[in-house]
Amino acid sequence: MYRGYEAVIGIEIHVQLNTESKIFCSDSTQFNAGDNENTSPVSVGMPGTLPVMNKRAVEFAIKTGLALGCHIRKKSVFARKNYFYPDLPKGYQISQYDQPICEHGSITFKVGEQSKTIKITRAHLEEDAGKSNHLGDFTMINYNRAGIPLLEVVTGPDLRTPQEAAEYGRTIRQIVRYLGVCDGNLEEGSMRCDCNVSIRKVGDERLGTRTELKNINSFRFVEKAIEYEIERQIDLVERGEKVIQETRLWDPDKNKTFTMRSKEEAQDYRYFPDPDLLPLVVSDELINRMKSELPELPIARKNRFVSAHALPESDAEVLTTEKDLADFYEETAIVSKNFKGAANWIMTELLRELNSNNLEIRASPIKPMQLGQLITMIDKGTISGKIAKSVFPEMWKTGKDPEVIVKEKGLVQVSDPAAVEKIVDEILAANVSQVVDYKSGKKNLFGFFVGAAMKASKGQANPDLVNQILQKKLNG
Amino acid sequence: MELINASIIEIAEAVKTKKASAKEVATFFMKRAENLNPKLNAYTSFNKQAIQDAEAIDARIAKGEDVGVMAGVPFGIKEMFCTKGITTNAGSKILQNFVPPYDATVVARLKKAGIVITGKLNQDEFAMGSSNETSFFGATKNPWNLECVPGGSSGGSAAAQAARMCAGTLGTDTGGSIRQPASFCGIVGVKPTYGRVSRYGIIAYASSLDQAGPMVSTVKDAALTLEVISGHDERDSTTSQRKVPTYSKDLSTNVKGMKIGLIKEYMHGGLHADVQKTVDQAISTLKSMGAEFVEVSVPMTEFAVPVYYLVAASEASSNLARYDGVKYGYRAEFANLSAVDLEDFYGKTRGEGFGKEVKRRIMLGTYCLSSGYYDAYYNKAGQVRRLIMNQYRDAFKKCDVILSPVTTSPAFKIGERVSDPLTMYLNDIFTTSTNLAGLPGMSVPFGMSADGLPIGVQLTGAHFDEQKMLNVGCALEGASSVKGKTPNV
Repeated sequence: MYRGYEAVIGIEIHVQLNTESKIFCSDSTQFNAGDNENTSPVSVGMPGTLPVMNKRAVEFAIKTGLALGCHIRKKSVFARKNYFYPDLPKGYQISQYDQPICEHGSITFKVGEQSKTIKITRAHLEEDAGKSNHLGDFTMINYNRAGIPLLEVVTGPDLRTPQEAAEYGRTIRQIVRYLGVCDGNLEEGSMRCDCNVSIRKVGDERLGTRTELKNINSFRFVEKAIEYEIERQIDLVERGEKVIQETRLWDPDKNKTFTMRSKEEAQDYRYFPDPDLLPLVVSDELINRMKSELPELPIARKNRFVSAHALPESDAEVLTTEKDLADFYEETAIVSKNFKGAANWIMTELLRELNSNNLEIRASPIKPMQLGQLITMIDKGTISGKIAKSVFPEMWKTGKDPEVIVKEKGLVQVSDPAAVEKIVDEILAANVSQVVDYKSGKKNLFGFFVGAAMKASKGQANPDLVNQILQKKLNG
Repeated sequence: MELINASIIEIAEAVKTKKASAKEVATFFMKRAENLNPKLNAYTSFNKQAIQDAEAIDARIAKGEDVGVMAGVPFGIKEMFCTKGITTNAGSKILQNFVPPYDATVVARLKKAGIVITGKLNQDEFAMGSSNETSFFGATKNPWNLECVPGGSSGGSAAAQAARMCAGTLGTDTGGSIRQPASFCGIVGVKPTYGRVSRYGIIAYASSLDQAGPMVSTVKDAALTLEVISGHDERDSTTSQRKVPTYSKDLSTNVKGMKIGLIKEYMHGGLHADVQKTVDQAISTLKSMGAEFVEVSVPMTEFAVPVYYLVAASEASSNLARYDGVKYGYRAEFANLSAVDLEDFYGKTRGEGFGKEVKRRIMLGTYCLSSGYYDAYYNKAGQVRRLIMNQYRDAFKKCDVILSPVTTSPAFKIGERVSDPLTMYLNDIFTTSTNLAGLPGMSVPFGMSADGLPIGVQLTGAHFDEQKMLNVGCALEGASSVKGKTPNV
């Protein structure tokens, strides 16, 4: 709550669907292509060219809709959104208007300890425009992006705080990455987030005048931009001024939003059904197939890790942030049959290495099978946990199996009681005065003997055995 | 074989059997076209490669290759069709120098069948007109009377075909643009069922109405051409998957027992006497051949012209938005481009690039689609359109083919109606409902006016039933007063 006001926030997220080709023609969608390399007469809107629907984009839209609990329309309609802009090749964008492919969904996510459910009003398919680069007196246009499929996911005005808005965005990002329909990269623009913000006195039913915030390329900035905007609007109202309905851009350097265009200049898009495309009809069979292809979604997976693997909720949360990470964990857990052990190794050792090397989990030089084997070696007593910690960096560096490293370096744990006893005897013989001290009551010297024995064995002695034998020799 | 009167089928046969070379055929027609064009202005440009293209066909025939059913047939192509490497301007200044890097699907199919492109044919700008007077490249003259219009928008195609400046032509029809000029110039023009022929590469005027079709000298040539250009195209989602019938092979003049409908609402007079006479004669001819006539009713056809202009203008306002001077086509000149505001850039480019009629329709369409007006205009027009479709469907339960006039009068004088768009629009009264309903329609030359102008009869078929329509056309063709007559140019 802000000075007796509450914020009403709705978000539109443009999810770029990572199909191989564009939504209405066969141009490649590859991100790194040279300027205007991914174009054709269709995507630059040459005379007489026509759009043809990319079936893959429809499948991705259905999958996403299902994951967001949406109703999938059997018949949706493409419409033309007419406006002039140089990077819009046809002078209209093909989008969906009154009959979108997905509607009436909802999504539940956590904001701190609180669970929040918001409505997804709709998710519709549309084509992206090109990109204008303003260089001094000139504007250069790159149409590579023109015709890339987008799914615009629109919430109801259900969000109340900047934190909720950011968490909502992160949740959508997590879901589309789980589905594999979008890489979720805000900086490269494969996800774009527009926020509608208004304020009203707490208890007031009427909605205030909203502004639309654009150009926000991280969820941290979503939070900051909305935070700024709420304060700005409250300041205006408190001063007795009015909020103007307008589009505002977020400037991350100045931490402010500023006017892009006001409603006076707002466009009449003259939507009408695109006569070049038949209504999009999807069969029950297709919807069912998409349903069957849905992966286990993050929340369900987290809950399963807690209930079936007995992981603490916090661990399960971390391990399910990304599908690849959860897959990695699950494979490691299956190989090692040690759920908590797998979770610990991944969350501490592996994630640390990945982060410091700026690598995705997919690129990890240590494979789940290998990490699982390492954990098994500890559990079987082949090596100690401490040795394992020295094997791990070797595995990271060389990609070798843990058995190989242990063998090559002769790191197998000494668990033969006779051999351990021999080491202990040598230690006791070499430290007669400490033995005397211990026996006279300095019991905290026990750790010193353990350390010395481990050191003498180069860490390979089974620590439990060292403990046992020392106990026997010193206290027995 | 006398080339000047030879049909497409005869020419292809002669070329394939080496009775005539494609080169000599092309040379004959190119020469004739070049000679007559200063008088008629039917062509906007000639294909400089035509003779080489014909030689290539001859070379392939010499090697024993099958070059297709239209081997060596000289074809003129309306400016509305994109032709790879050949300027395609839609009759507009805004596309004056546009050279497409691709062929329209129908052009590609004709090429595959062996045609030689003679050049591009004049038309009303963006097919918006009924007289060919809106072309940026000047009006085309009617070869039967140089003071008259050839009709429009495919007026260049009709004039070129009537004057035999090529052996076949291709037109487009959005509200009558094939049938009306075909009637005015005494040739056969067929607008197929919507979805029968691909629109890919045809410059869009009104996407839900546009169809391409043959404008040729005989019904059989029309049937053959239709066969070649029809069929599903993966680049046009609105094309039908239905198999293409063998129209030319199945063509028959037997109309015995066939039920031919006459639309009640078209029968309240007001027709030019020569047109009325032509229609009456066509009816008695078909009756004498054993056809039965039944009265059918399409009450909503009364609103066809306004509905057509609302739908077509609305779609056009959006279709023509891409001509903005940014990517291709005409761009206005600016003393200091970097100081020009974007709105002014668009305004000047489009203001100078489009002609008056095109601007009128863009404005009309923009208005119809505007928020607050959409329901009253575009949406309402769509509803009436559906009623027209339904009423036609009911009418075709009672008959096989519908017969009607094409226009209210024979070709009118150049300049007579330019200043009166409403009268000009009403010229489309008998043709637009066919497009709104998506039905196939054709004009067959049948009568001659007292002033020596040809007059066509319109036949409309049920959805995808081009065959019956062509058969009735073929029956009429045999008794046509235009038969054997050629314009004296």
